[in-house]
Amino acid sequence: MLAILRKELSDHFTSFRCLILFLLVFLICGLTIYSAQQGIRSAGNEGFIFLRLYTTELQGVPFAFLFNFVNFMSLFFIPIIGIVLGFDAINRERSSGTLSRIMSQPVYRDSVINGKFLAGIIVLSLMMITSVLVIGGYGLRMIGVAPSAEEIIRIFIYLVYTIIFGAFWIGLSILFSILLRSLATSIICSIAIWILFSFGILVIAIGLGRESMETFQTILRFSPNWLFGQASSAILAPVVRTLGTISPAEMAYMLPNPLSLGQSLVLIWPNFTSLLSISIICFAVSYILFMRQEIRAI
Amino acid sequence: MNEKLAIETHDLTKTYDGTTVVDHLSFHVRENEVFGLLGPNGAGKTTTILMLLGLSEPASGSIHVYGYNPTREPLKVKRIVGYLPEEVGFYENLTTKENLEFIADLNGISPADTSRRIDEVLEMVGLTKERDMLTGKFSRGMRQRLGIADVLIKEPKLIILDEPTSGLDPRGINHLLDIIADLPGMGTTVLLSSHQLYQVQRVCHNVAILSKGKLVIEGSIDKLGREALAGGRYIIEVETAEPSTELVDILKKIKGVSGVEADGNILRVSTDSDLRSEIARTVVDSNVSLVQMKVHEFSLDEIYMKYFKEE
Repeated sequence: MLAILRKELSDHFTSFRCLILFLLVFLICGLTIYSAQQGIRSAGNEGFIFLRLYTTELQGVPFAFLFNFVNFMSLFFIPIIGIVLGFDAINRERSSGTLSRIMSQPVYRDSVINGKFLAGIIVLSLMMITSVLVIGGYGLRMIGVAPSAEEIIRIFIYLVYTIIFGAFWIGLSILFSILLRSLATSIICSIAIWILFSFGILVIAIGLGRESMETFQTILRFSPNWLFGQASSAILAPVVRTLGTISPAEMAYMLPNPLSLGQSLVLIWPNFTSLLSISIICFAVSYILFMRQEIRAI
Repeated sequence: MNEKLAIETHDLTKTYDGTTVVDHLSFHVRENEVFGLLGPNGAGKTTTILMLLGLSEPASGSIHVYGYNPTREPLKVKRIVGYLPEEVGFYENLTTKENLEFIADLNGISPADTSRRIDEVLEMVGLTKERDMLTGKFSRGMRQRLGIADVLIKEPKLIILDEPTSGLDPRGINHLLDIIADLPGMGTTVLLSSHQLYQVQRVCHNVAILSKGKLVIEGSIDKLGREALAGGRYIIEVETAEPSTELVDILKKIKGVSGVEADGNILRVSTDSDLRSEIARTVVDSNVSLVQMKVHEFSLDEIYMKYFKEE
């Protein structure tokens, strides 16, 4: 498996598409730093200034919620990286005839798919760690407030969470690359699912959940993107006290102070486990399909 | 030739969605020979090959490749067997050397050995100059030769080539066949599948002809010709200076001759064994001048045409 992992990684790092993705990473870093610079002073004073670098929204623009790091990552960037890294994993090998060549070497069939999946996750992790560090580093210079130990732990948890979310998208796009022979169909299917989970579901939720906030929230929870978005804002913004809806009567009893790390983790735990399980299901399905597929069918 | 068996199959059967693709196929390949698996497209050649490699599971029957069962121990088989698929593909963004290095890496060959073996195999297939060229720019002939190099890099005991000559020009075919013909001398057994009979005839020691998944006939090419076309008889062509009907009658009386056919100056004598000396004596004794005499060699085409005409 190491041989395949090595080859996949060197392929990724020398490819043009990876270069574009890294450029995109820097674009997002720039955007995040810019919104932080504009908005961080007007933010409240609940502490955790350093984390605000990642959650501050760009002020005074329509759809402002899209222009912060957390939402941008959950709705756009991670799904795109996942799709780009996985959509041609198996079908390109199949169409270029290299799959049967690899399969006739003394390697287990699962090493091929494990190697590809792992290589995707490594590239994704590198991109995420880079962007978090670039924002942190530049932000540190800009605001002059050092992160506390808890903030560093929260950022670390966020990164782990990101990688699991990315694994879902890599798994999904690899699944399509196993199911569909054509590269174009495979990428279109992945993109269709991405649009559905990012925006389609929002439209549905707005349509059906006009009367009740409860319905609105429930519908959004069917989308891994929104699940991840909610959970990541809870982990990066300790002031978020609940991911559900609360009545104005209950609101009165809420203390406007940040949650402890443990309580934030309790809050995101259901999101975390459901994301982890869909990532695992997605990978398991592709794994089983690939193991059972006849190599003959070229 | 060594009598040890490289491949042995017994009643091998494979069905896809209810259709039998390979039907009770039994054949064997000896070590250090070039064995041809022949048949029209869709005869089950590729399926048989995939089963030999453990890439496809037989419905019933047994296979042994150097004593290993490919279904149970695919990795052991793949370690000693090199396979060149019909549509061989390379990573087009990598150079010749990098493509070969990847395969060596998958086979767990050490980096020091890898560079030595790459030099050797590229030398053998005549691609030394293209060592650092991207394989995306290769012609079909070069790709096939690189395919052979790719298979040889792991120093296999058995090489399986699926339609290695398809799509090549005559020069490319000759070059490839020359490489294949040299392999048994290096201690490598070759199994090659083809529907191009002439080519196989040149390099194969033994052949098996498949049709609709069934083994039609197996054996060496001259034996096949006799069995298939002349019902196990020899056909001896006798050319005389002038045709003579008396000679036909005389020849028919020789013990072992079952028939004589006249075609101008040439007489075709069917016999049970090689009776050339008796025939020569008889012809000379009857005062007819003998121009030449030879045992008719059957080409694979004739064998092939005969079998597929019957269907």
